[in-house]
Amino acid sequence: MLTSFKRVMKAGFVGFWRNAFVSISAIFVMVVTLFVVGSVMMVDKLLGAALENVQSQVDINVYMAVEAEESDIMQLKTILQALPEVREIVYTSREDALQSFTERYRGDETIMRGLEEIGENPLRASLSIRAFQTGQYQGIDSFLREQRATEDLQNPLIDELNFPRNQEAIDRLTAIIGAVENFSFVAMIVLVIASVLITFNTIRLAIYTTRDEISVMRLVGASNSFIRGPFMLQGIMYGVVAGVIALAMMYPIIVSIGPQTEMFFGFNLYNYFVNDFVNIFLILVGSGVALGLVSSVSAVARYLKV
Amino acid sequence: MIYFDKVSKHYNNRNSIAIEDVTFQVAPREFVSIVGHSGAGKTTLLKMLIAEDRPTAGQVFFESLDVHQIPRTKLPKYRRKIGTVFQDFKLLSHKTAFENIAFAMEANGRSDEEIEENVPQALALVDLEPKAWNFPWELSGGEKQRVAIARAIVNQPDIIIADEPTGNLDPIATYEVVQILKKINDLGTTVIMTTHNKGVIDELGRRVITMDEGRIVRDDVEGTYSL
Repeated sequence: MLTSFKRVMKAGFVGFWRNAFVSISAIFVMVVTLFVVGSVMMVDKLLGAALENVQSQVDINVYMAVEAEESDIMQLKTILQALPEVREIVYTSREDALQSFTERYRGDETIMRGLEEIGENPLRASLSIRAFQTGQYQGIDSFLREQRATEDLQNPLIDELNFPRNQEAIDRLTAIIGAVENFSFVAMIVLVIASVLITFNTIRLAIYTTRDEISVMRLVGASNSFIRGPFMLQGIMYGVVAGVIALAMMYPIIVSIGPQTEMFFGFNLYNYFVNDFVNIFLILVGSGVALGLVSSVSAVARYLKV
Repeated sequence: MIYFDKVSKHYNNRNSIAIEDVTFQVAPREFVSIVGHSGAGKTTLLKMLIAEDRPTAGQVFFESLDVHQIPRTKLPKYRRKIGTVFQDFKLLSHKTAFENIAFAMEANGRSDEEIEENVPQALALVDLEPKAWNFPWELSGGEKQRVAIARAIVNQPDIIIADEPTGNLDPIATYEVVQILKKINDLGTTVIMTTHNKGVIDELGRRVITMDEGRIVRDDVEGTYSL
């Protein structure tokens, strides 16, 4: 048993070297496949990050009237908090608003002088409301509008709602990102299927050239597993080598676009690649091994029938 | 030892007959030549024996074993009892002469020590020790056939089947190959050979079965080539 295993291993390695041309073409095609698979993973991650980034910037700002009492605002906050769509509410008091305003415009004398001339704090307190999903803002907005409609017109609590101004842009952006994600997903599925089929056929062709040898092996009394073993090992080796090459090809690309992705999507692809390298490695090399193994087993099976 | 009992083989329909109602037996240590025109059914007969092909009717026995009742998983083990030699050699092109012979032993599950010991012996028997590490494309036709014979005998099979072993060889190589087969037979292995070559048959002076259109037409104990 052990001798057979040792022999199968040896035959696999020797076959890999002696049929170098076949091995190289099979590996080349698999590198392309795995590169596509890897790119799918990266682009998908980027688009997901971009969508999350946009969505995290979406919120409703409710500006309170200058005269509003803090206790009334807190009451409103409690009511809003009870809504199932609301994920988070950040309260900014008038003092907080003034502080961040002066910090931001410290260097700008005109503005600072204007502020002094007014004498008192002109800024309003605000509630910044964040929902779980972008689609839920509509509901929160309607709720706030109803709330405002019931208020005393002489002494209102809510001064302004900013959501209607951003709404259209946010909806459009969400739709665009969704469409891009769907399109890229479909395009990549097609690409992956095409490359898998090409790999499959390349390995089958490679084994087709050895069909006479397989018949000879059967004639000298080799069992099916003894014949199949070396081909399976070669399939696995194609997968491992191709996976490593594909990763090595992706690395410089990801290093060079890392900073741009940070700027553009707010997501550093290089950091992701480095931190999640073990997973990415396992997925790519694993799919390579599975692809090589399935291709060679199914190809050999045709010539093992008696 | 080998017994063909009323064996027939038809392809597709009854009009295409490969062999028809063939009955004969081969005793241990015999050297049997099967002669006949192309298409007389010689190769089909050998394929039946190694279970590469099934008869339409009749049975083939190897000792007490009905060859075509052997389950598929047991076939490799059965085939190891039979050494095969072909007109086109059927060597593994990416293996050296030594490795080709060793492969038959590896497939048989023999140990590395046995391989190291037996392969050189087999090479010596066919007089090819200096070419042990040459690949098939570096060998002449006669040398390739001698490697194939060494591979066939290395597992000490009960029987050697040679299908037109001299078909691709020049007269000198033909003579050498037949001498080797004779030597193997003298050492106690049964040999069944098909051939077209009149010179070979007449020189051997052993049992000859003559086939024509799928039937046995003559079976002579010390036959000559006559069609």
